[in-house]
Amino acid sequence: MEKIFYTLIVYSENIAGLLNQVTAVFTRRQINIESLNVSASSIAGVHKYTITVWTDEETIQKVVKQIEKKIDVIQAHYFTDDEIFLQETALYKLSTPELQANPNVSKIIRRYNARIVEVNTVYSIVEKTGMTEEIISLYKELQTAGCVLQYVRSGRIAITKSCVERVSEFMSDREEKYRQAKLDMR
Amino acid sequence: MKEVITGAEALMRSLENEGVKTLFGYPGGSIMPVFDALYDHRDKLNHILVRHEQGAAHAAQGFARVSGEVGVCLVTSGPGATNTITGIADAMIDSTPIVVIAGQVGTQFLGSDAFQEVDLVGVTQPISKWSYQIRRAEDVAWAVSRAFYIARSGRPGPVVLDFAKNAQVDKVEYEPATVDFIRSYVPVPETDEEAISEAVRLIDAAQRPLVLVGQGVELGNARSELLSFVEKADIPCGCTLLGLSAMPSAHPLNKGMLGMHGNLGPNVKTNECDVLIAVGMRFDDRVTGRLDTYARQAKIIHLDIDPAEINKNVKVDVAILGNCKETLAKLTSRIHAAQHTMWIKSFGEYEQIEYDNVISKELFPGEGPLRMGEVARAVSDATGEEAILVTDVGQNQLLSARYFRYKHPRSIVTSGGLGTMGFAMPAGIGATFGRPDRTVCAFMGDGGLQMNLQELGTIMEQQAPLKMILLNNNYLGNVRQWQAMFFNRRYSFTPMMNPDYMQIAAAYGIPSCRVMTREELKEGIARMLSTSGPFLLEACVIEEGNVLPMTPPGSSVNEMLLEC
Ligand SMILES: Cc1ncc(C[n+]2csc(CCOP(=O)(O)OP(=O)(O)O)c2C)c(N)n1
Ligand SMILES: [Mg+2]
Repeated sequence: MEKIFYTLIVYSENIAGLLNQVTAVFTRRQINIESLNVSASSIAGVHKYTITVWTDEETIQKVVKQIEKKIDVIQAHYFTDDEIFLQETALYKLSTPELQANPNVSKIIRRYNARIVEVNTVYSIVEKTGMTEEIISLYKELQTAGCVLQYVRSGRIAITKSCVERVSEFMSDREEKYRQAKLDMR
Repeated sequence: MKEVITGAEALMRSLENEGVKTLFGYPGGSIMPVFDALYDHRDKLNHILVRHEQGAAHAAQGFARVSGEVGVCLVTSGPGATNTITGIADAMIDSTPIVVIAGQVGTQFLGSDAFQEVDLVGVTQPISKWSYQIRRAEDVAWAVSRAFYIARSGRPGPVVLDFAKNAQVDKVEYEPATVDFIRSYVPVPETDEEAISEAVRLIDAAQRPLVLVGQGVELGNARSELLSFVEKADIPCGCTLLGLSAMPSAHPLNKGMLGMHGNLGPNVKTNECDVLIAVGMRFDDRVTGRLDTYARQAKIIHLDIDPAEINKNVKVDVAILGNCKETLAKLTSRIHAAQHTMWIKSFGEYEQIEYDNVISKELFPGEGPLRMGEVARAVSDATGEEAILVTDVGQNQLLSARYFRYKHPRSIVTSGGLGTMGFAMPAGIGATFGRPDRTVCAFMGDGGLQMNLQELGTIMEQQAPLKMILLNNNYLGNVRQWQAMFFNRRYSFTPMMNPDYMQIAAAYGIPSCRVMTREELKEGIARMLSTSGPFLLEACVIEEGNVLPMTPPGSSVNEMLLEC
């Protein structure tokens, strides 16, 4: 089956140890996680994981269901790139003397819409937010210019194109049904 | 004013609150405050002291499987806790509700490699439905209630509570808790009415339908719903190993066992049916054989409570999520009554072939050494098919499961998914506590019996009325059979020297007898069943017997060998 780049968004309760449980689902199926980001979500107490992997559709469906099966996972969904807005951030540490000696470097930085966030006599730090490809290609150009001391790229973060987080609907729906069931029992 | 009590005492009250009456356990350093509290609750909480914590876990499983209640074990930290791991993994893969409560070092020592500290939550997370560390006495009531709710609801499974010592001794204003809702957890998914309609269309149009009955029917207490369904639609059924007692063996629509060593009819017919209706089963590889040829001709309808089982191994055409007790009833009310007389009759040909080539040789060999199948059938007959079968793993398991007969629900307890040798004796002990009103027969091999042999001590002390049947072939028979079939008869470490089991039983004061012939067998069974309390019956059986028929690994479900 054809391998596709998927972004999984997982919502969970904020419970220590859950990250292990989520990543274990991938490990068991021998799927490499390309990137992983964990943060708070717009719902109080709910954490959001953004995970990217290369795999086929059949596998991703199984993985999502196995993640959702974990007691403290609220919901899990998978997306292809056209269904989400996504960003990554990278930091590049450059040697300040090299940067000054080679006028081309500043041009590259400007061309990529990257920002210089720190300058001192030894090094300068450039920040770039964007898509994976731009970030990598900026790195390659800076590397060719021979001035990169360090480089780091963040995991992908993503937001779906629909308005609300699906998970809030899901949870209010569940709580409403539970209340209703309790009332029915009386 | 609320009462102020210790966390350990709060655990006792929380257990009583959940209706627990029996627990299986073993004390140790970091669970001592709990055992101390237990001392004052002995009138309400019957604690069974096992001889090894693996025994406690399997006993809790046996208890749960026959009673439908949650089995509980109570063990110490470190080695006590790790000794339960096999039982937890077994309960996970076979969907058995147990709660394992283990001591843990005090929170101030966590992470410091303290004496008998093991990261139990970390170790058990992948093999449990939920595992949680209780760090504060205030959390006891909530955590226990949540544990039981998770263990027993939806698709049942094992839950681990890792109970830090400071939380056992600290004081708390106790207030009972009842958890019956977890916002992130949907125990029973909603049923899609459109799926029901689609299934009804397929079933009504089917000419050659086949139902696969799994343990889900037992777990959902859905026997009568299953029977109404298959009787109205007149559909023949095959049962998985764990689903064998979900419908009576004597039911005319019960066509026997599925899988690698199941019956020929339902296996062959899996690849001939036009609609396959799987109820509460998970298409395990031991059931399906080669996947790419499995039921390719059929439209497949899958009824399950666990969405993650849908399309996991076999791609299905219609998925009906929900509790099968409800979904089967929905189907029954909407389908038309039908008759599939010719189709059902066509199983007869395969039943005859299997009878002539396999069953008659196993049940009526005429002369020569005893065979496992005839022993199992003789015991089953002598109990009027009323007994609960508990099995170990290996040839003894497959042959006793095949030749035992089942009348009542929850009458087979076997380690299916994990195949845990050493399961039967402790699970059998648990079963005698779960259903003291029923006869419990545990069939074991000479290998498996010795894997939890120490539990004879528990049986002795409790006078647990377990009827143990040792099918002694002086081999690790199942492995030997595979060596004979696939490894050129190179019997690498499968012959085994055995002790004198009569002396072992005698040492524990357990009545026993050894039988070699058919006459002795009959007498031995009669003695066993008329003896109150435990009994060990050793049947010396054919050494190089084989379990047949067999779908060899990698073969299609309908390609069963009748001899080897
Ligand atoms: C704990 C464990 N270890 C090893 C095995 C592999 N195994 C499966 S069946 C079997 C042989 C069992 O021998 P015995 O208990 O004498 O039963 P028999 O097959 O002879 O009836 C073995 C070793 C297992 N299933 N479980
Ligand atoms: Mg043996």
